[in-house]
Amino acid sequence: MPAYQFILNGQTVSVEASADLPLLWALRDQLGVTGPKYGCGVGVCGACTSHLEGEAFRPCIQPIGGVAGTRVTTIEGLGGEGLHPVQQAWIDEDVAQCGFCQPGQIMAAVALLRKNLDPSDADIDAAMSDNVCRCGTYVRIRAAIKRAAHALREAGRAP
Amino acid sequence: MTDTPKQPETVSVVVDRRRFLTWVVASPALVVAARLGLDVPSAEAAEPIEETALNLYIAIQADGRVVTTLPRTEMGQGITTGVAMLTAEELDTRLESVDVRTADADPRWVIQLTGASSTMRYLAGPIRAAAATARARLVTAAANRWRVPAHTLTTVRGEVIAPDGRRAGYGELAGDAARVLLLLVPATPKPTSEYTVVGQPTGRIDARDIVTGAAKYTLDLDIPDAVPLVVARPPTIRGSVRDFDASTALSMPGVLGVARLPTGVAVAARTYAQAFAARDALRISWAPGPASQLSDTHIRSRLRDAIGARPLPPLFTARTLEGRFDFPYLAHAPMETQGCVARVTGDRAEIWMGAQDPKFVQREVAEALGWVLAPQRVTVHASRAGGGFGRRFFAEAAVEAALAARALGRPVKLMWTRNDDMRHGRYRPASHHRILAYVGANGSILGWNHQAAIPTVELPHGFGDLLTALVGQALPEVTSALFFTLSQHVPYHFGLVSQELREVSIPIPTASFRSVFTSQVGVANEVFIDQLARGLGRDPVELRRSQLKSARLKAVLDKVAQEGQWGRALPPGVAQGVAVLEEWDSAVAHLVEVDVTGEAPRVLRVVIAADVGLPINPKSIEAQLQGAAIDAFSTTLSAGIHIDAGAVREGSFADYRWFRMKHAPAEISVHLVRSDDRVGGVGELGYPSAAAALTNAIARATGTMPTRFPLLDSGA
Ligand code: FES
Ligand code: FES
Repeated sequence: MPAYQFILNGQTVSVEASADLPLLWALRDQLGVTGPKYGCGVGVCGACTSHLEGEAFRPCIQPIGGVAGTRVTTIEGLGGEGLHPVQQAWIDEDVAQCGFCQPGQIMAAVALLRKNLDPSDADIDAAMSDNVCRCGTYVRIRAAIKRAAHALREAGRAP
Repeated sequence: MTDTPKQPETVSVVVDRRRFLTWVVASPALVVAARLGLDVPSAEAAEPIEETALNLYIAIQADGRVVTTLPRTEMGQGITTGVAMLTAEELDTRLESVDVRTADADPRWVIQLTGASSTMRYLAGPIRAAAATARARLVTAAANRWRVPAHTLTTVRGEVIAPDGRRAGYGELAGDAARVLLLLVPATPKPTSEYTVVGQPTGRIDARDIVTGAAKYTLDLDIPDAVPLVVARPPTIRGSVRDFDASTALSMPGVLGVARLPTGVAVAARTYAQAFAARDALRISWAPGPASQLSDTHIRSRLRDAIGARPLPPLFTARTLEGRFDFPYLAHAPMETQGCVARVTGDRAEIWMGAQDPKFVQREVAEALGWVLAPQRVTVHASRAGGGFGRRFFAEAAVEAALAARALGRPVKLMWTRNDDMRHGRYRPASHHRILAYVGANGSILGWNHQAAIPTVELPHGFGDLLTALVGQALPEVTSALFFTLSQHVPYHFGLVSQELREVSIPIPTASFRSVFTSQVGVANEVFIDQLARGLGRDPVELRRSQLKSARLKAVLDKVAQEGQWGRALPPGVAQGVAVLEEWDSAVAHLVEVDVTGEAPRVLRVVIAADVGLPINPKSIEAQLQGAAIDAFSTTLSAGIHIDAGAVREGSFADYRWFRMKHAPAEISVHLVRSDDRVGGVGELGYPSAAAALTNAIARATGTMPTRFPLLDSGA
């Protein structure tokens, strides 16, 4: 089986797999990275949302062959040592209920804020509507995104 | 635990007029257990402590950390945070010093079931009792050590403090406290007026774990040698395997084995991706399931046919208004699909699962493995669950995983796919309702007759209060009817009120859903009251107000009418709707504003007022009510299950149209009204009146009378 190398949360990793293996299973089953969740496996729920070269993507429908040589970030790699401002905003707004969707929600929100540090409600609707939250935490997700955007603008930094 | 005393020294503690028995179960650390005193044997009854029934226990460790162990599962309701707050409050220790653990399945737990919004209602008392006892023991231990009068000592942030400034941490006193023979201060819980932790809006204690991805759900656990397992399932609900050919599947990369199960064919492989590929390569001949002749139209007509002839109206009835309502099957669709890790070796099994009822899982697995008489051979660890909503009362995944683990001779981690979860799960049953309102010549309401035809709801686990729990085990077939009677009330002065459940037997597996029967019966009632108001030319708030029996309901209704500015001028196509509910010792009202001018109705604004008695954590109450509103809006407007010839049509969130960010209102405001200090339930409270208020708002905006849910459903 071929081996695929990529940079996962800042570390180079190598996975032996067939090229069409969805990355989610390489992460969860082979690398023990369980932050990205399985919610549908077909790209419609957002539970696995992570970053590929800084952009939101869905590891459940991304063949591993396509990530060779790239930078992949999961929820585990978002904050580094401390918490990312978006994670902090999630805590401050007490967003999570069961929490299962939240790694994906946070990764989607960070990707949004990288493009738009002052998102309107419509921008948030557009960027976040591919992520389901079965517990219905949308009101607080929206508040947390606005809080994080504000904090980042104040600090004058990019997410 | 060592040094277990033979004879528990019991202390009786009164909380809210109920008596709890507390006793020390272990030293050298201090561990105090508690249970409701109803059936408490006298202290002389020589019952071995390991077999004594209990509600929970609180341990104070030598390092000063406090661990509250309780038979409940965290599924997103925030119970661990609420329990930690109560423990910290009553013990006078820091919230950060308290850990909350979920207990393994154990017959000692009086009720080990997370549901019916019961956790806080049932456990607040025992927690307060056990913590007050622990605190009294710690103070007594310090008084003995320092030889000072106990009543002069105070407790602050995990320390006992003497007037002369001496202080000792709980950890260093725990050993002595466990050996105290006579309490020198009473074990009296604080009056709620002195609370400084309980009642404060408090963030979840596990928030950091969740946002960093560190929180572990069942399939995130690292159980050595457990291999991915998936199951090939029949096209129809509860179809079965005739025969199958696994030769291709077995030769595929990574495949470790194949096992026939009562529900399908299981495939184990090195990764889930390999297991999926092999599953798809199985050649299976299926026998159709018991519902294969049934589709929505048949089911609906069978439900309609179960409604009886119109009864005679009460005397002086001038006219009778009739409402008819159809509700669909609903999938619980928790974000985390069903899953289970199982290890079976010889005559022992170990199960890891996000179970709402671990003891039920234990029994079911024991039975499946042929150990009916020895359920203790099965250890069930209840893990954190990614949402429950009623679905995790059952044990299908545990039974499948245990059987496969035994057949394959290795530990397995079974994952249901989203498709499995949607199409082979259990469902909130469909229902048909006829409500008759009898009106006198002067417009007064003389009677209310509600007949609900509902496929039997399977509640073998009972419902969290002792009565139905016992009935659930002894007489499973009556639980559903019993629960209907216990739970369904009409909170209005409507003269002669009768509500009747017509159970219909339909071979589609069911499970209770958030708010159980009230998600249909209560919703239909509150929608029909609006229709009645329209028929009588009365304002929906005014009509409700004039007939409500309970002061609590009037107060929450008034609150939403005021906060939501009931009756304010709105543009055409925008309207308000209200509804109320009293259940689980709580009362709630919803006001919803909706805009119907677009392609689909859009919820603009939601105002909720709730009286949950003593609000333990207002933040968590608000979260539960906001989430339940989204749950209600999704299933009222767009998400419903269709049955086509015994198969479920919906397969994922692509066609099971749950609300997403773009559908959700930007604001759901929650106002708490507090009438007394009883602890009311919250988890299910927010569903029914949210669904009804949205329906009523749409009816008023469009001038129609909605009768079929989900409202956007154009299908058969
Ligand atoms: S699991 Fe990847 S989008 Fe649902
Ligand atoms: S918090 Fe449970 S699914 Fe979003």
